[in-house]
Amino acid sequence: MIKLNNINKTYFGAQPLHVLKGINLDVAEGELVSIMGASGSGKSTLLNILGILDNYDDGDYYLAGKLVKNLSENQAAEYRNKLIGFIFQSFNLIPFKTALENVALPLFYQGVNRKKRNMMAMEYLERFGLKDWAEHYPNELSGGQKQRVSIARALVTSPKIILADEPTGALDSKTSAEVMQILREVNATGITMVIVTHERGIANLTRKIVHLKDGVIESIEENDPDKMDFTKEIK
Amino acid sequence: MFDIDSISEIWQTIARNKTRSLLTAFGVFWGIFILVILLSSGNGFQNGMKTQIEGFATNSAFVIPVPTTEAYKGYQKGRNWEVDMSDIQAIKKKIKGVELVSPLLSEYAYSGENNVFFGIKGGNFGMKGVLPDYNDIDRCKILSGRYINQTDIAEARKVCVIGKKVYEDVIGADKNPLGLMIKANGIYYQVVGVVQQYNSNVNISGSVNETVILPLTTMQRAYNKGDKFDFFVFTAARGQNIKDLQENIKALLRERHDIAPTDEGAIMTFDFEELFTMFDYLFLGINILIWIVGIGTLLSGVVGVSNIMLVTIKERTREIGVRRALGAKPAMIIRQVVAESLLLTILAGIVGLVLGVAIMAVVAGIVGNMPSDDMMFLDPQIGFGAAIAATIIIVISGLLAGVLPAMRAIQIKAIDAIREE
Repeated sequence: MIKLNNINKTYFGAQPLHVLKGINLDVAEGELVSIMGASGSGKSTLLNILGILDNYDDGDYYLAGKLVKNLSENQAAEYRNKLIGFIFQSFNLIPFKTALENVALPLFYQGVNRKKRNMMAMEYLERFGLKDWAEHYPNELSGGQKQRVSIARALVTSPKIILADEPTGALDSKTSAEVMQILREVNATGITMVIVTHERGIANLTRKIVHLKDGVIESIEENDPDKMDFTKEIK
Repeated sequence: MFDIDSISEIWQTIARNKTRSLLTAFGVFWGIFILVILLSSGNGFQNGMKTQIEGFATNSAFVIPVPTTEAYKGYQKGRNWEVDMSDIQAIKKKIKGVELVSPLLSEYAYSGENNVFFGIKGGNFGMKGVLPDYNDIDRCKILSGRYINQTDIAEARKVCVIGKKVYEDVIGADKNPLGLMIKANGIYYQVVGVVQQYNSNVNISGSVNETVILPLTTMQRAYNKGDKFDFFVFTAARGQNIKDLQENIKALLRERHDIAPTDEGAIMTFDFEELFTMFDYLFLGINILIWIVGIGTLLSGVVGVSNIMLVTIKERTREIGVRRALGAKPAMIIRQVVAESLLLTILAGIVGLVLGVAIMAVVAGIVGNMPSDDMMFLDPQIGFGAAIAATIIIVISGLLAGVLPAMRAIQIKAIDAIREE
């Protein structure tokens, strides 16, 4: 599903910063992968590249068999819209839109008509137990609810992969466990998922843990989350 | 561009900050409002001016003999010469394209002393000797009786037509003037008619309202003029160039009166076309000024919208970034921002347009009900064309106001927005 060949990325500021120094990574369809690393290890940059939010300098990135390189803004937008679902640490819901409108927004950019997209959005909200909250604005929702809305928004376009950037970073442990449970369930339906985190407990719930250090992959750890005790892992 | 989805998208963002949207829109509203008020007032002024020159044949010109400025055929320069009835006959016969030629004798109310009396009441008025066809050039409204006619001319009858003010001042508005005898410059004339000037402020020797009009022949006798007169007015037939006719008439007069063919100073002419052209330029100037001021005011409103939109975009960096991440293409972002400014501008502009038109309609009603003869301000409304132009300007300025913020908005990358700092 994801294939990275020798990805290099340098930020040219006052001092050039070589952030990614040749990343090679394969993620198969349906895999649940976490990327771990200290701050400054390049994990956010890698996620941005995976999410076609940022360009890379060298190498090749194949997403669902398509080479993602030197895309125009329009192509990038289309790929993001159709192939990728984002889940952010701070949810990034649009504050003046209701939960339903937020979930329906990616479909709006696909040109789906109002009735249909509201119906689909409602379906996803229902799936995450938010039916009664559909007409509420983000500031009327709890952190867990917000993250569930944003998961619904990520899934509504039936993307190939879900990219989650510290999805539990702003949540307490109980809600974190809930959210991780949901993400695992989503993954179980066959959607590839990449989670960036610095919490070991979260990473322990994924099948493959990629350790990133100073712009290179230090190690890739195979893991069996089923052996983990859910409540213990998330403190 | 304006389907239900986009409108609700735009409306959400506009309604989110109602006070700010309102204040921003006020700039555009005010610009259009002022433009409409100015244009309407300009039109009112123009209409007022037009009624001032209404009633006078626009294709007419004066010809006035003045002392020669060149010596010729043994005559010295500075010689006085006069026109007489044979000149009129010659012009009618030889110059093609002339419609009417009407000689005039006139005496201004110079002295300031009363010269027209009825009984013991008197007033100071001008006198004018005319032929009947003069009323086709300098038209006036006949309030009672009749104008000078051919019989008056042929018999040199001692009759007169008096202006409205002469009637009111000397005879009194409560009396029937017809048949009464008034004394003008020492001679009695029977009043056969009362006339009133149209709104025209274009006068030959004073307002008709303040003139005693005599048959030309009568006045010629009274003043010992023979068949001479002071000057004449002619009109051009339809399609004739008044300037060409003027030159032809001048040439003929020079020949008949032994004036040097090069003597431009001996014959004074003045045509109304020139005056009306001048008016046209005046109106044009006023209109240009109005548009400059109006557009300027509007422009500052537009800059205000643009400015606020820029601030709004800055504040919405995160939101726009999220939209980009969710798959909004640059064109969609541009469309949304431009549509926002367009909607704001159009709403404000339409309100300004409607309010401006409504207020000027009220003003027009008030002005229209004022019982004045020489209104300088009449029917101050904007035309349909100007309203359409204003609407187009609103739309264009809305688009312009949106361009800069839209450019700023597409520079926002998704990655900038969702960065956690």
